[in-house]
Amino acid sequence: MRAKYVLAEVLVGLWRNVTMTIAMIITMIVSLSMLGASLLMYLQVDEMKGHYYEQVEVSIYLDKTITDDQRSAIKAQLDADSKVKNVLWETKEMAYENFKLQFADAPDLVGAISANELPESFRVALKDPQQFEQIKSAYADLEGVDTVVDQQKLLQKIFDILGSIQSLSLVVAGAMGIAALLLVANTIQVAAYSKRREVAVMKLVGASNWFIQAPFVLEAVFAALLGSILAWVMLVIGKIVLIDRKLAALTDLLLPVSWGNVNLMLPVLAGVGSVVAAVTAWVTLRFYIRV
Amino acid sequence: MIRLEHVTKTYPKASRPSLDDVSVSIEKGDFVFFIGPSGSGKSSIVKLMLHEIKPNKGKVFVNGKEISSMRSWKIPSFRRSIGCVFQDFRLLPNKTAYENVAFALEVIGKSKAVARRVVPEVLELVGLGGKEHRYPHELSGGEQQRVAVARAFVNRPLILLADEPTGNLDPDTSIEIMRLLDRINRTGTTVVMVTHDSNIVNQMRRRVIEIEGGRIVRDQARGVYG
Repeated sequence: MRAKYVLAEVLVGLWRNVTMTIAMIITMIVSLSMLGASLLMYLQVDEMKGHYYEQVEVSIYLDKTITDDQRSAIKAQLDADSKVKNVLWETKEMAYENFKLQFADAPDLVGAISANELPESFRVALKDPQQFEQIKSAYADLEGVDTVVDQQKLLQKIFDILGSIQSLSLVVAGAMGIAALLLVANTIQVAAYSKRREVAVMKLVGASNWFIQAPFVLEAVFAALLGSILAWVMLVIGKIVLIDRKLAALTDLLLPVSWGNVNLMLPVLAGVGSVVAAVTAWVTLRFYIRV
Repeated sequence: MIRLEHVTKTYPKASRPSLDDVSVSIEKGDFVFFIGPSGSGKSSIVKLMLHEIKPNKGKVFVNGKEISSMRSWKIPSFRRSIGCVFQDFRLLPNKTAYENVAFALEVIGKSKAVARRVVPEVLELVGLGGKEHRYPHELSGGEQQRVAVARAFVNRPLILLADEPTGNLDPDTSIEIMRLLDRINRTGTTVVMVTHDSNIVNQMRRRVIEIEGGRIVRDQARGVYG
């Protein structure tokens, strides 16, 4: 009986201020989908870091004039180095093969270069990709070493761009989140005002506080749940239309966004949205209008 | 039943206290009038008993409980033991007489079945049999106040507080409401009524406590308005 009463009150309350309810839900959709997008980006960057750092190497390019002794000395030091996972010696011929593969589209360039012009190198995979600086300082000055290049640096740029996109969407999510909070507080105030007679009678006859407050709080939570479901739908549409179609070429590089992560956003957004809405509504009732 | 011990209440920004060191004791089954001019502090007494306001000093006991220091979550269940009637009736305009009374039961968790059994009974008691399904605007002032009394009494409270219940009613209707309150008092309910209606006080010949300037100036067992 009580549940039915409360539920009826919630629906009537939402319908009474339907324009306000719609505004509240729309701001929630925007803020929650931005939050979802930002979280997805975060997960994605994490996954990409794992994926690419597995593959990145430090390249120690060797002088063209290197002697066999120097080379084997470097090799021995690398083999003994505890920071190194494995070492591959790329000869000039191997470098040329790779070069040909990489620039298969540009036969002119391939034709202009001969194997002798490419440097040989040690391809070093690190146990911890962050330790590049130590490797560099240890090997850069050795006899026979030309330069030490960290491929990670190149990736770092991509991650920086993704990171700033992520921060931007977090900022937008935060700003919209504040707007959503204010709208929730406002909606609750209007709802409480339109029911002030009922509330006064309820207090008079001794209705419990939760019984008076529950319909208002549930109104906010209901709107938040609706908003989070629609926000999730936005993310799904975003994945299908944007990531999987329009930006399909990029996803080869950026790794595809998995359905698992997208679906994970539904409970996350619903949880965040409804908890925040409920707390805002309750605080509004408790401290602002003292229902 | 109700006891005020050296109660002082000063509203924020007020220059002098509304109630100044007031002590009074009301026994179970009493019928008590609080009288006095406007602003004398008599309405503050009802608000104190309802825990709508808290005293600055002193203690308020209702039903054997010290309510001035009561935790806020205990107030709802405390209020269920008290019925309340006001000058402006405080009925819900979009509900019928029956629904107004049933609402009071519903929001404290009573089932619809209980309401169906109890509400017609109490409406009959206040003399509104046959008018259960009228809306407040379809009822006269006296009838609306009867609905309010029915709502206050439907839980069989130990105490009925009435803050100028006849303030909006003509003399004849006022007398009818007083008869009703008297009947309720005879069931053993303590009735505390704030009024400045001298006719009623003089006719009822009940205990009269006169307040002036926040102090009790008279407490008479079978008093008149004076």
